Amino acid sequence: MKRTYLGEFEEIVLLTVAVMEGRAYGVVLMQEIMEQTRREVRLNQVHSALQRLEEKGMVKSEMGEPTAERGGRRKRLFKVTALGQRTLREIQDVRVSFWDRLLNPLKLSTDL
Amino acid sequence: MSRQDELSEPPRLADKLLRFFCAPHLLESIQGDLHEAFAYKAETAGIEKARRDYWWEVLGFFKPRYIRRKNSARQPYDDYSYNPLFGIDMLKNYLKIAFRNLVKNRGYSAINIGGLGLGMAVAVLIGLWVYDEFAFDRYHQHYDRIAKVMQKGALNNEVFYNEYMPAPLGNELAAKFADDFEHVVMSSWTSEHILAYGEKKFTRKGNYLSAGAPDLFSLNMKQGTRRGLKDQNSIMLSESVAQALFGTANPIDQIVKLDNSMNLRVTGVYEDLPYNTEFRDLSFIAPWSLYVATQDWVKTAIDNNQWNNNSWQALVQISPKSSFEAVSKKIRNLKLQHAPETAFYKPELFLQPMKKWHLYTGWDKTGNLDSRIQYVWLFGIIGVFVLLLASINFMNLSTARSEKRAKEVGIRKAVGSYRTQLVNQFFTESLMVVGLAFILSMSLVIIILPFFNEVADKKIKFPVDNAWFWLSGLAFTLVTGIFSGIYPAFYLSSFQPVKVLKGVINVGRYAAIPRKVLVVLQFTVSVTLIIGTIIVVKQIQHAKNRPIGYDRAGLITVNMNTPELYGHYNALRDDLLKTGAVVNMSTSSTPATDMNSSNGGFEWEGKDPNLKENFGTIGVTHDFGKTVGWEFISGRDLSREYATDSSGMVLNEKAVKYMGLKHPSEIVGKIMKWNGKPFTVVGVIRDMVMDSPFQPVYPTVFMLNYNWANVINIKLNPHQSAASSLAKVATVFRKFNPGSPFDYKFTDQQYALKFATEERIAKLASAFAILAVLISCLGLFGLASFTAEQRTKEIGVRKVLGASVANLWALLSGDFVKLVILSCVISAPVAYYFLSAWLLKYEYRTEISWWVFVAAASGAMLITMLTVSYQAIRAALLDPVKSLKSE
Repeated sequence: MKRTYLGEFEEIVLLTVAVMEGRAYGVVLMQEIMEQTRREVRLNQVHSALQRLEEKGMVKSEMGEPTAERGGRRKRLFKVTALGQRTLREIQDVRVSFWDRLLNPLKLSTDL
Repeated sequence: MSRQDELSEPPRLADKLLRFFCAPHLLESIQGDLHEAFAYKAETAGIEKARRDYWWEVLGFFKPRYIRRKNSARQPYDDYSYNPLFGIDMLKNYLKIAFRNLVKNRGYSAINIGGLGLGMAVAVLIGLWVYDEFAFDRYHQHYDRIAKVMQKGALNNEVFYNEYMPAPLGNELAAKFADDFEHVVMSSWTSEHILAYGEKKFTRKGNYLSAGAPDLFSLNMKQGTRRGLKDQNSIMLSESVAQALFGTANPIDQIVKLDNSMNLRVTGVYEDLPYNTEFRDLSFIAPWSLYVATQDWVKTAIDNNQWNNNSWQALVQISPKSSFEAVSKKIRNLKLQHAPETAFYKPELFLQPMKKWHLYTGWDKTGNLDSRIQYVWLFGIIGVFVLLLASINFMNLSTARSEKRAKEVGIRKAVGSYRTQLVNQFFTESLMVVGLAFILSMSLVIIILPFFNEVADKKIKFPVDNAWFWLSGLAFTLVTGIFSGIYPAFYLSSFQPVKVLKGVINVGRYAAIPRKVLVVLQFTVSVTLIIGTIIVVKQIQHAKNRPIGYDRAGLITVNMNTPELYGHYNALRDDLLKTGAVVNMSTSSTPATDMNSSNGGFEWEGKDPNLKENFGTIGVTHDFGKTVGWEFISGRDLSREYATDSSGMVLNEKAVKYMGLKHPSEIVGKIMKWNGKPFTVVGVIRDMVMDSPFQPVYPTVFMLNYNWANVINIKLNPHQSAASSLAKVATVFRKFNPGSPFDYKFTDQQYALKFATEERIAKLASAFAILAVLISCLGLFGLASFTAEQRTKEIGVRKVLGASVANLWALLSGDFVKLVILSCVISAPVAYYFLSAWLLKYEYRTEISWWVFVAAASGAMLITMLTVSYQAIRAALLDPVKSLKSE
């Protein structure tokens, strides 16, 4: 089977979902990502990444409890699937193997 | 909900929008997230920012990903076609079927495409015209900062506006308000002058302007610089005049003779001003300083600070930091300050910006705007209507046709067509027809444009390279295509195949109602336009038939624009009479077709002291009356036999009424004073129409004055051919005025020019009316043939049962005739309303008589009958055996 690749942003979202361990939904994901990466993220970007991840089978979702600040609306909570976990690990492995082969990591910044 | 609560909520409109476009299965979580983020932001960044961001976030969700509904007909992806609705194969098929359908019904297709193309062509032409009107004067780079000084006043409860300015105004503005103006330019008005270089002599229109004019107009210099008017004895020529005078030789520093009296050095050549600018006639510019130096009356006006001699024009370019309103406010009372004696008409100066010159200059007597913009609106509306008519036709025909295709829909569905495919099919067809119509209309526009330019007095080019033009054309094509495709696309595709194929499509009694409404609308517009055309033509005819009070036949005028023509009155007259080609000659301050001077300062016995009188004033010679052939109703003509006539005066009938006298004979022989100088009134003439033939005649006095002469009036001998007479007259003029070309104008032609605007309207209105009728008839023809076809069987049965051809004809035409009658009934009051408003503009106007409505209605009826009858009779003559046997 062809392996599915992830975009950079998708990867970050997926990681964040993993980190949040079942409490992940749109707004908190956005806030968390903004905090960690310090970049401007819009809600629709998060949602579309989640949708794509769900289509690729990396995450699954279910509706949570309604809350007052959401005007009584339920949130959609996301969890990483087994495939998602495997993919994350694979990505990590590939990166690590490259980093290991990098002889002098500090030179990078000056050489360019 | 209180205002406070409302503010702490996310913007409702944004929420509504989100609910509208967002797919229902995603809405809850998305909206929840948005609200939560909003609440968080409201606390951290403030409510205003939160509300702004909310909008921004909502709009971020406007993407197909969130809009697409979950269970819309999405097919699983497969190998041969990504999407069965819009795949290349399906598109090809749509186009092929659409094309076959067009070819199969050639007649309908032709009517459809032809009618729509014609309508679009008209709309495009009108659109181009309107665009050109709004682009007027935009050639000048400082368009936004140029203005002319105008004055507003009120006299005898009538408001008037004009742009005649006193000569000292220019210096005053430049000196006192130096900060507000970049340029102040005085103008002598663009008028005809004689230009000569060597043997070449021409009469051309030009203007004396201050040195800043080339900068103000941002003239595009071909040779020389814009500083060319600094020297008093210089002249700048337009490219075409330079070409005419010098051919290919270099005109710079050559000496040109102006009006046979001034030798001027050419210091610049500028690109001709385009036709859609106010100063398009400006073929040369001479310095204002030269004008002041050579014209004594102008010099006097400036030296003596004459603020009440309004004979010039003042143009300004304001500085970037100033505004028209601010400057208008400052200069408002300028005239009043310098000429307090004008207080009785409350003169107020103001700046009229260049962007208002063409369309928004013109006011009626109550001070309301009454200008060219109204025609722009009028034609704009007509254009929209014609386009509407054509589109209505198109929709009517396509819907009528599509009912025939119910079976096709049934079969397509039965073999497995998606509804969306049918929708696409119908849209493709209508878009194809509209697309073809668009191509046709473009070719029509290219063909018609030269004729249109002539009628409309324009020089519009086909905007091949204008992206906006093509974009809007494309947009219109799409919109019309989609609108006319909507009904068949969505209504027909909803049929259930079982019912349709069984033959029980019940389109219902009301299915034809929208179509009928559209036909009525169409004919209402057409009949209104017909009535409008008749009234406009009637109004012109009414004014043309007006008695004009003098004899135009064989009357010519020659402008006295060189010094040689002055001082030889008797010698010139004798020589002209001796040729036998001339019956009489005289000079006057103005030609009989013009009224260029009016004054107050008159006194007479029994004058109402409250009357601020104003008479048209004209200087004439003894022979003027006999030359133009005026008619006396009291008293006698000016005559050399009475020495006292050297201070004689002739009034017109209107002047007598204006003075409050009951009978003309009361004034004859009495004294009338003008600025203290006594004149004897020797006679009263029938009113002469000198100004607009649509306006009442102005009270006018004709005074004997040999020095106040601007034109020579010549009455040619009616017993000789005009050509040979003119040749003889020309020889005499060449003798007296060797340095100038012999230019003359026929009075009857000049008079005819007064109708130019109205005749232009009449021509355009009738052209549009004809088009509207044509388009409506095309539509009717198509509908009639369709009905006839649909009812073939019914007609067959009726015939078998004994109906006569006449019966059937009445049956088939009856429906349409009823609709047209209804249209006539609706259009009559509409037309009456608009036309009576239009006629109010003219003081001398025709009435809207009942026969106009009857004529228009019966005309429309006749055309309808002709159109419909052809189809009706053809259907009625069909052999019932043939029409009934097919099933």
